[in-house]
Amino acid sequence: MMDLTYSEAERCFREEAREWLRANVPARPLPSGDTRAGFAAHVEWERRLFDAGWAVVSWPRAYGGREASLWQWLIFEEEYYAAGAPQRVTQNGIFLLAPTLFEFGTAQQRDELLPRMAAAQDLWCQGWSEPGAGSDLASLTSRAVRDEAAGGWRLSGQKTWTTRGAFCTHLFGLFRTDPAASRHKGLTYFLVPLDAEGVTVRGFSRLDGDEGFAEVFFEDVFVPDTAVLGAVDEGWRVAMATTGSERGLTLRSPGRFLATADRLAELARSEPTTPRQREAVIRGWMRARAYQLFTLKQVTDLVQGRQPGARSSLNKLYWSELDIELQEAALSILGPRAELDAAWARGFLFALSGPIYAGTNEIQRNIVAERVLGLPKGGA
Amino acid sequence: MRFGLTEEQITLRDAVRDLLAEQCPPSLLRDPSPEATDKLWEHLAELGLFGVAAPEAVGGLGLTVADLVPMLVELGYAAVPLPAAETAMMAGLLADPAVAAGERRITVARDAAIVPYATRADRVLVLSGTYATPAAAESLSTVDTTRGVARVRLTEPVPLAGPVLEQARLRYDLALAAQQIGLSRRMLAMTVDYVGQRRQFGAPVGSFQAVKHHLADALLAVEFAEPAVLAAGWSLAHRPEDAPRDIAMAAILATEAAQQVAKTAIQCHGAIGYTVEYDLNLYAKRAWALAAECDIDAHLAVLGTSLGLESS
Repeated sequence: MMDLTYSEAERCFREEAREWLRANVPARPLPSGDTRAGFAAHVEWERRLFDAGWAVVSWPRAYGGREASLWQWLIFEEEYYAAGAPQRVTQNGIFLLAPTLFEFGTAQQRDELLPRMAAAQDLWCQGWSEPGAGSDLASLTSRAVRDEAAGGWRLSGQKTWTTRGAFCTHLFGLFRTDPAASRHKGLTYFLVPLDAEGVTVRGFSRLDGDEGFAEVFFEDVFVPDTAVLGAVDEGWRVAMATTGSERGLTLRSPGRFLATADRLAELARSEPTTPRQREAVIRGWMRARAYQLFTLKQVTDLVQGRQPGARSSLNKLYWSELDIELQEAALSILGPRAELDAAWARGFLFALSGPIYAGTNEIQRNIVAERVLGLPKGGA
Repeated sequence: MRFGLTEEQITLRDAVRDLLAEQCPPSLLRDPSPEATDKLWEHLAELGLFGVAAPEAVGGLGLTVADLVPMLVELGYAAVPLPAAETAMMAGLLADPAVAAGERRITVARDAAIVPYATRADRVLVLSGTYATPAAAESLSTVDTTRGVARVRLTEPVPLAGPVLEQARLRYDLALAAQQIGLSRRMLAMTVDYVGQRRQFGAPVGSFQAVKHHLADALLAVEFAEPAVLAAGWSLAHRPEDAPRDIAMAAILATEAAQQVAKTAIQCHGAIGYTVEYDLNLYAKRAWALAAECDIDAHLAVLGTSLGLESS
């Protein structure tokens, strides 16, 4: 039976989440989590979430979760963003690394890392991009050389555009372990504490002026064998499991855009608007709802054991372009006030990163064309 | 929560799909003679299409519009040159055993001056509020030559009451949206197939990024319109208070997706897409004809009202 309603148990779950958020979300927005002071405030918030069992709702209880279903996760996300709760500065760990640990990690890695990640004791950043390897990630050149005597690896090279890298404690990233192999072969996935000897982190400003980026230098940094996630030289396959999550559902739940669309409609109700502006608001709201419906269908598939695979690139294209559309509609209504460094202007600047990170939208369109539509690979 | 087709819905949809693959080829669209279209109608009636969403009391299956929507997508995919979607949708509304059995064909028009399938229908439901028998058709020259559009005189008119008329409008808009999804899928499939074979500069044109990105965008529009159409069918059947909003949204997304796909399909085919010999034009022209019946501004207004945005 097709049924677009939630069960009694799911409604109770929603009510419980809503109640907790109502009582606990800071009345005044925290300073940006992409600044040093703001990051600390956000980490405090993450610990409150964890203490109340809301940090990682879908995880096993043993690691701090509440074993919520995908449906409950969607509900939690809706309530979280509707409540105007803070950005998740732990997201690279809990949404990107954690699924990979669940799939490829050893029992020891899971037991050691996941509880600390959930509790925001370890703060993870992603070490994919390098100065010469962005969209063409497989051309990365950072290396890991075997140190047999010490029982581990020595890392060297540079990562960059590392989100919140200057504030995090750990980095997960890809390093070349087989210099003779090319491209996707010979890469290994490493888990690196940023206080290890030989690591230098330098923060720098993003488009919005916050120190949200970092470059991370590795000079002969030793890590033990337990720092390898998955098999040596199999890093590409391990990493791609994570980018699937990043592009698709887990990074950007519909709740986020529904909340933005509702705030946009609220803005349009409270300000004088032109027909053009109203149409932009209506279309933005409509597309946020379309993204939600697409997701409900996708989660139904997932629950029935069908993985989205390359179709997660459809999610990424849609939400990233939708986000910009919503922010632009708001800026248009604000008129001269759009110039001020306030919430919507910040939202707009942040939204501009959406079509770039997690694989640029040009790459996503190639993936959709080749792997969903089945067009011939390659070409200019 | 479960947002997917049921086994039964899939079975019904596939039955229509298989039938149309055989009985409604492009050659039928090129020559929709009364003999050919009558035979196609009989097949659809035998399949039980017109009774699916009609109550058991009038001989129907007693299922809902939500069950019918995936079948209407298939009618769009084949660009059936008959008021099949209209009859199947209205059968649940008119409580007429002859309609549910497929013995009385219902076409729908916004205006008696432009009535699609006029000579292939027994009744016309005019959305301004009249149910009548069409007479003395004056055939009109149209871009989509397969629909038999005519200006008619309305005989034996019966006025339609408010709630019935409102239901008829919702059902018609939903039927348009569902067919646009099918048309989009057809045009997209033809184009993907073509650009994979057609070679220029020593490579399939579908290997070029400019072509890939056009088609990825076209797919994106369809993929995000289709759930909205299915959800609108569910609303109409199970949560009628949301149906006007959800159908407005479905109609906009599906219509605009089909328009985008039609343009993209023609462009990616190149010159052959701009010919009448090649079949693509049959489906593009149907998409444009159905788009002409979709009042985007009225749908935007419905959504605006639901969001509390009054015109100032």
